[in-house]
Amino acid sequence: MSQSPLPQNPEKQPDHDHWLVRPKTIRLLWWIFGAILALTVAGQFFVHFHTYFGVDGWFGFYALYGFLTCVGMVVGAKLLGFLLKRPDDYYFRETELAPSQLTDKVRTEEGGKDV
Amino acid sequence: MFEFILPPAILMIAGAVLIGVARPALRPLIALATPLITLYAIWQVPDGVQLTATFLGYEVQFVEGSDLRRLFATVFAIMGFGGALFAFRQSKWWELSAALMYAAGAIGVSFAGDLIVMFLFWELMALFSTVVVWCGGTERARAAGIRYAIIHLVGGIVLKIGIEGLIIHTGSPEIRALTLGNFDTWMIFIGVLINAAAPPISVWLADAYPESSPMGGVFLSAFTTKTAVLALIMLFPGTELLVWLGLIMIFYGIIWALLENDMRRILSYSIVNQVGFMVVGVGIGTELALNGAAAHAFAHIIYKGLLFMSAGAVLYQTGVRKCSNLGGLFRTMPLTTVCGTIGALAISAFPWTSGFISKSMISSGAAYEHMALVWYLLVAASAGVFLHAGIKFPWFVFFQKDSGLRPPEAPWNMRAAMIFFSIICIGLGVFPGLLYSLLPYPVDYKPYTPDHVLSQLQLLLFAGLAFFVMLPMMKRTLTITLDFDYFYRRMIPKIAGFIDRSLASARDRTIEAVLSGGSRAITQVRVQSYRFFSSRSPMGQMAIWMAVLLAVIVLMAFSRG
Repeated sequence: MSQSPLPQNPEKQPDHDHWLVRPKTIRLLWWIFGAILALTVAGQFFVHFHTYFGVDGWFGFYALYGFLTCVGMVVGAKLLGFLLKRPDDYYFRETELAPSQLTDKVRTEEGGKDV
Repeated sequence: MFEFILPPAILMIAGAVLIGVARPALRPLIALATPLITLYAIWQVPDGVQLTATFLGYEVQFVEGSDLRRLFATVFAIMGFGGALFAFRQSKWWELSAALMYAAGAIGVSFAGDLIVMFLFWELMALFSTVVVWCGGTERARAAGIRYAIIHLVGGIVLKIGIEGLIIHTGSPEIRALTLGNFDTWMIFIGVLINAAAPPISVWLADAYPESSPMGGVFLSAFTTKTAVLALIMLFPGTELLVWLGLIMIFYGIIWALLENDMRRILSYSIVNQVGFMVVGVGIGTELALNGAAAHAFAHIIYKGLLFMSAGAVLYQTGVRKCSNLGGLFRTMPLTTVCGTIGALAISAFPWTSGFISKSMISSGAAYEHMALVWYLLVAASAGVFLHAGIKFPWFVFFQKDSGLRPPEAPWNMRAAMIFFSIICIGLGVFPGLLYSLLPYPVDYKPYTPDHVLSQLQLLLFAGLAFFVMLPMMKRTLTITLDFDYFYRRMIPKIAGFIDRSLASARDRTIEAVLSGGSRAITQVRVQSYRFFSSRSPMGQMAIWMAVLLAVIVLMAFSRG
């Protein structure tokens, strides 16, 4: 991997940061995003949606269905995460069986650095 | 009519070998030229069996052409070229050579006329993809590569058992549509599904691919699972079980990708998710759905290659792989950001990208077959793809917080490869006819109707809204998520260790008991010898012991006789 020392962030104040991440721009982006969302729903007044199964012909079905299923998936993933998440180095911790040699090698490679 | 056909896979293998023996200065040239020459050869293969050979007493069909086969071989060759372009200045020559061998295996499977040839190239892929994983060069890559190889060799054995059974029972190794009904076909089915990363053994993919080098991941993302999809299209079209397996893959991919922190592991889980769409298409089995599965495989290889390229470029430039340590890279890597975002939009099936024209064929296939539940789940999954890959990947890598990292833009060849694949992603989206004309069945499908475009935009944009609303819940944590590999990396070793330790301690205790018991007995006899051997002991006792001794001798004599 090419390792030139990476220059650190020279700009500290938010106002001097990249224009894209200034709070003002972000507020503007939210407005634009909201307008586009409204447009896609409003467009349904002008475009007739083909209905396959009934429910999918309701007004704003795709918007609501997309939003709700995504919220459901995020929440579901979060709940599953409580059960299944483990520390990052779970498989590299010494156990009674994992050869400590392997653990050491991985540790040396990573050298405390994030990889 | 049997003109001489140079098998494309052999051309690719020759190129891969040539890289090894050529002068170092020529190696990049060979790596770039080989996929292009192979691509030319692929287009020269006409329909029908073109080349037969004798192998182990069987007449095997080495090259057989059809629209479907040429389609897959074409995208494998394009991927070989794009990957070589991305990698040729950074990869070691053996990584390039192994990657081309791996691609050659995929192309060989595409043109295999029978199961024997298919199996041979199948194993070629398993071997050289393992080498590509090992080219990651770290201890983690070594260990992951061994796990990867074990799964694929076991999968290969299962497949081989099925193929041999089929040949013995039907007398023909021909590739044809099979029905699940006996042991042989089930074995072939399972063997193919292992390579498709179907549940429960999906985790080999997310375990091994992210340990490869920044360049190796690009190759790995393309071949193994998609050749399995091709095999499913040829061997098991319309098998209903595939619909449900595919749906499990789709949602497994989304959920695990949502929980993941390693950027290339997010993309790996999303491969399983995308292959799930193709598997559903094969399971539906109508001409439209099979066309959709094939088209989606084509589109997917390109945009997933592009996503792995952008992640590889970030990894190459920063050495950082975890989302929790990345962010804000759009400042200094604008081109990688744009190309990664194009890949992310394509995987989300945004209108005017390649994913839109291919994925919609699969969900329409479900709708036309009146599979309501499947259709609703596919629509939800399309929103979920935007969530886990379409926004999550670019957001956490290129935007979110400022990580302070200011890496320079990727080297020129990496940028060229990313631009090349971005153009394909958008080109296919804008001109769907380019892809539709290559599909196995005639296409009478219009992706760009006003209601289709608008409903897709509604779905995706509101999924995007859900992402930003739920952002606090998606904060990256320094964690991994347990998966099926827990069973073979922790649970079985734990059980085996428990049995091992219990047996060892039982043995120790037995030996100790025998030894200490025996020495105690001997000490007793020595110290208290008067009780056993004394002249003062009564005569009667002596007589009894003599009788007992005699009885034992008599019994022994009887039992021997």
